[in-house]
Amino acid sequence: MTRHLISSADLSRVEVEDILETAASMHDLQRREVKKVPTLRGRTIINFFFEDSTRTRSSFEIAGKWMSADTINLSAKGSSTSKGESLRDTAMTVDAMAVDALVIRHNASGACHQVAQWVRCSVINAGDGTHEHPTQALLDAYTLRTRLGDLDGKHVVIVGDLTHSRVFRSNVITLKTLGARVTVVAPPTLMPSGIAAWSAADGFATSWHLDPVLDGDGEHGPVDAVMMLRVQRERMSGGYFPTAREYTVGYGLTRDRLDRLVARNDDVLVLHPGPMNRGLEIAPEAADAPQSVVLDQVSAGVAVRMAVLYHLLAGDDTPAPPLAAATTDGAAR
Amino acid sequence: MSEGDISRALRRIGHEILERNKGSDGLVLLGIPSRGVPLARRLAACIEDVEGTQIPVGELDITLHRDDLRRHPVRTAHRSRIPAAGIDDQVVVLVDDVLYSGRTIRAALDALSELGRPRAVRLAVLVDRGHRELPIRADHVGKNLPTSRDERVHVRVAELDGIDVVRISGGEGR
Repeated sequence: MTRHLISSADLSRVEVEDILETAASMHDLQRREVKKVPTLRGRTIINFFFEDSTRTRSSFEIAGKWMSADTINLSAKGSSTSKGESLRDTAMTVDAMAVDALVIRHNASGACHQVAQWVRCSVINAGDGTHEHPTQALLDAYTLRTRLGDLDGKHVVIVGDLTHSRVFRSNVITLKTLGARVTVVAPPTLMPSGIAAWSAADGFATSWHLDPVLDGDGEHGPVDAVMMLRVQRERMSGGYFPTAREYTVGYGLTRDRLDRLVARNDDVLVLHPGPMNRGLEIAPEAADAPQSVVLDQVSAGVAVRMAVLYHLLAGDDTPAPPLAAATTDGAAR
Repeated sequence: MSEGDISRALRRIGHEILERNKGSDGLVLLGIPSRGVPLARRLAACIEDVEGTQIPVGELDITLHRDDLRRHPVRTAHRSRIPAAGIDDQVVVLVDDVLYSGRTIRAALDALSELGRPRAVRLAVLVDRGHRELPIRADHVGKNLPTSRDERVHVRVAELDGIDVVRISGGEGR
């Protein structure tokens, strides 16, 4: 296991499966009266959120606390960042307090990778700009596996604003790592540049049209799960689509589309990383359908983050050499 | 120990547990992964043969409670499977293959205390090899094997390894 979790690509299939297996045991913990285990006693975890977040931050905090680690939350507002301190100085200041892990959410892509070069503690990416959100991908994989079993050959469709979505990037990597078949759908304006080369290299399909994919036309084949991405209103100033209504008609999971999906496969799953724009990318009927596992995703969030903290922090604590990037230790010992 | 030795030892332990408990009332067997689990199932089957009643069997994963986590690469934690009726006010018999330092059992006791409050906890092991580092002893022992610390005790069970055998090796190999 690497010391950092920056990208979903840091994890091999065995490591992903280990984390998900551990997450299952953590999930059992959530249903117990006493939810605390002593595993990370004496470890300190700082959640540094430069961007707003509800579920990621609270679930990281709960995850740390249930493992008996000390967790501290910092946000950009109310820290020295608002006085103009650079990311590097802030990171090194926190690192100098001998913390064990830094969980970072930042609006700049690559911020976590950069911080990992500067500090000695473990760095966990909790979402960096439009780059990646690896723990979200792990909890989505956990949710899918709980319902579908082994993901080998299962068909997952990811729909929405791919250009700005870190959830999509991490999910494609993790789903491919686990052997799933992935199709991504977006209007041409929200398809990231360079996706043709990426999809060819990593073996996933792309489409500008949702209906043929959901209907399983031609080579698309039957659908096991649909993941709707949030339309990020805060990043929508670029005229990517004419009106919200037009987006819904072309790419929303409407009641009609859900009915057609369910008619083909009653066990199809509907995922959404949240927060949902009901009526825009997902109709309320779809969000609340029996096929929807949106709340399962939230509930898996704590268990999966406990598992990630466990795998990064519980083992041998030989400090990494200073200025080392993600090194692979553990295997040799 | 051969296959026959192991099955005789388990049958004797089954009888001992029943004798000590004065019957099978309130008994719960919890195996400690990995090899304690099949041993617990076999013990339950032995007890069933004698008493004709089914004994709840579960698994208790202790990974999160180990005190040596920092000394090793990370181990994957597995799920504990506790019988639906729970362990409150039951007599829990922990089942493991080898009793050595006692640290695994210490972790198991901690894990148990988070799951409930048993009336009593007992310990059954197939092999006691000595060298305790904590004040812990087994209530039921299949065989006492005096060993040196350099030696290793290998327990193989049919369910996981395809063969039933206990042997000692001189410290090399697995």
